[in-house]
Amino acid sequence: MELKTLTYIVVFASFALYFGIAWWARAATTKEFYVAGAGIHPVLNGMATAADWMSAASFISMAGLIAFLGYGGSVFLMGWTGGYVLLAMLLAPYLRKHGKFTVPEFIGDRYYSKTARIVAVACLIIASLTYVIGQMKGVGVAFSRFLEVDYDLGLYIGMFVVWVYAVLGGMKGITYTQIAQYCVLIFAYTVPAVFISLQLTGNPIPQIGLGSKMIGEEDIYLLDKLDQVLTDTGFKEYTTQSLGSGLNMFAYTLSLMIGTAGLPHVIMRFFTVPTVKDARSSAGWALVFIAALYTVAPAVGAMARMNLMTTLVPDTGALEYEARPQWFKNWEQTGLLKFEDKNGDGKIQYTADKETNEMVKIDRDIMVLANPEIAQLPNWVIALIAAGGLAAALSTAAGLLLAISSSISHDLMKGVLTPNLSEKNELFASRLVMTGAIFVAGYLGLNPPGFAAGTVALAFGLAASSIFPALMMGIFSKRISSTAAIAGMLSGIGITLFYVFQHKGIMFIPGTSFLGGMEPDWFLGISPNAFGAVGAIVNFAVAFAVTKMTGPAPAHIQDMVDNFRVPSGSGAADTSH
Amino acid sequence: MKADNSEYWKANLRLVYFCLTVWFIVSFGCGLLLVDVLNNFSLGGYKLGFWFAQQGSIYVFLFLVFFYAFRMNQLDKKFGVQE
Repeated sequence: MELKTLTYIVVFASFALYFGIAWWARAATTKEFYVAGAGIHPVLNGMATAADWMSAASFISMAGLIAFLGYGGSVFLMGWTGGYVLLAMLLAPYLRKHGKFTVPEFIGDRYYSKTARIVAVACLIIASLTYVIGQMKGVGVAFSRFLEVDYDLGLYIGMFVVWVYAVLGGMKGITYTQIAQYCVLIFAYTVPAVFISLQLTGNPIPQIGLGSKMIGEEDIYLLDKLDQVLTDTGFKEYTTQSLGSGLNMFAYTLSLMIGTAGLPHVIMRFFTVPTVKDARSSAGWALVFIAALYTVAPAVGAMARMNLMTTLVPDTGALEYEARPQWFKNWEQTGLLKFEDKNGDGKIQYTADKETNEMVKIDRDIMVLANPEIAQLPNWVIALIAAGGLAAALSTAAGLLLAISSSISHDLMKGVLTPNLSEKNELFASRLVMTGAIFVAGYLGLNPPGFAAGTVALAFGLAASSIFPALMMGIFSKRISSTAAIAGMLSGIGITLFYVFQHKGIMFIPGTSFLGGMEPDWFLGISPNAFGAVGAIVNFAVAFAVTKMTGPAPAHIQDMVDNFRVPSGSGAADTSH
Repeated sequence: MKADNSEYWKANLRLVYFCLTVWFIVSFGCGLLLVDVLNNFSLGGYKLGFWFAQQGSIYVFLFLVFFYAFRMNQLDKKFGVQE
């Protein structure tokens, strides 16, 4: 069957599945809408968390990023998994025990302040909205590359699909759809990886294949060979190439870890399990399902880079342009690959030297998108990649949209503005707000603000510097006062935004950066994306200092902290407040 | 608050300190700070420091989260605070 037809069938079959689940899992109460009735099995919640968490960036871009960053790409691997250790030990069990619906609600309770709750809502919306733009772009890109429909039309279809299951089912619908989406995306990711590992090393397990010898090269390991091929063409050695200074890699990893633990759409998944015990184990299951992709990604990255090098720089000398393989021609049409014959000899010179390098563009995303073609896998595998990329983008977008809409309908409306809102009206309002949030996200996806490129990294920095410290201090210190928490959140997110803006421009508008984006101006050589860790330290320091001035939190709040530190007496999420 | 709950909390904190120390050693220690030293050794075709950064730390994270959940369930029972 023709590839395009096959892709249409696979993608629309996956959509039909999501719709079916949405109808089956529609929500009847606010408790079902916000926390899926707090009745999700911890293993299933782990799977849903994995899909919630792994975005279009994880699925499409990460392996390509690692392929070109080599060892430097480790910050993403460690940062985006290590955060779950923090989440499991420092946040999830206690937030579950407290048993409310949203992250700002917990902050409002613990810091006995509506202002604290509103500040948390603001931090949540800023972080989640920047993140959702990337997902909407991912949907549009996946449609335009695989189904050859317009980017705009693809985005409309994606908005419609999310709207159906998110508005109908709320957290309940999103949870079961995410479970299905996880299955689609992990299958789509693993199949090509297994085949490529088999072709290169003869070992079907990519994690072992990456540490094995190459077929036909009995005396050299794949990674050593890759190091050798890259250094021969003037590139940096794969296994030692660093991402900025050592301190920058350290801060970057730490920022991603605490940012991961502080992302509201991930935290709130732990409100959906029945008990504290389940919240602890569910974090482990989430990490199992995430590690299934994250330990394969470095193998995909290195092997794809190897395939690229052996194709473009064969042992027999430079490749004739006319003799380029079919996949090269296909991806040239999309503009993701670009060749420019600088010395006019009709051959491809691919080197690290900008002056003589003739591969003027190799988009990193190609490492995953074109992988099945480079490895000459059958068409159904390519069709799967399309469905997998869409599943990754849609599942994350749905989680983010729920975080945004619940913080508006539950925290702002029910919590602050209109406390008399009835259960039925709140459910209706949350559906309405969700619809609005989808339109805003769609609009931003169609007209990405100038800062779209930096958005996902920024979301981590913002969550790391505002939400994570507020939650952690609220649990591990009984004393932190409401004024202290508010001051901490505002100064943490403030200094992070300030640092990012001063290096990348105010609201990322080029030319408005007043310190320049150049490395010499970076504070201790820390890149703006890695600054969340510093923001978090500022947040902690300010909160402790202000508590010294205002005095500790009142006794009834300290009792509340004592109460959510122990699992007993939890029960289901409390709806009466 | 019952008096024995503060002992429960202290035991929990000790466990968290232990787990986070291991967490720090495998990722920031083996994967970043000591990577050049560890790269002198190898694990199959992997340089050891590189392996910790791209594979090993993730496996240890996994083990830690389940170990913590398992130990906490024991502590819950020991102090009689289970659900």
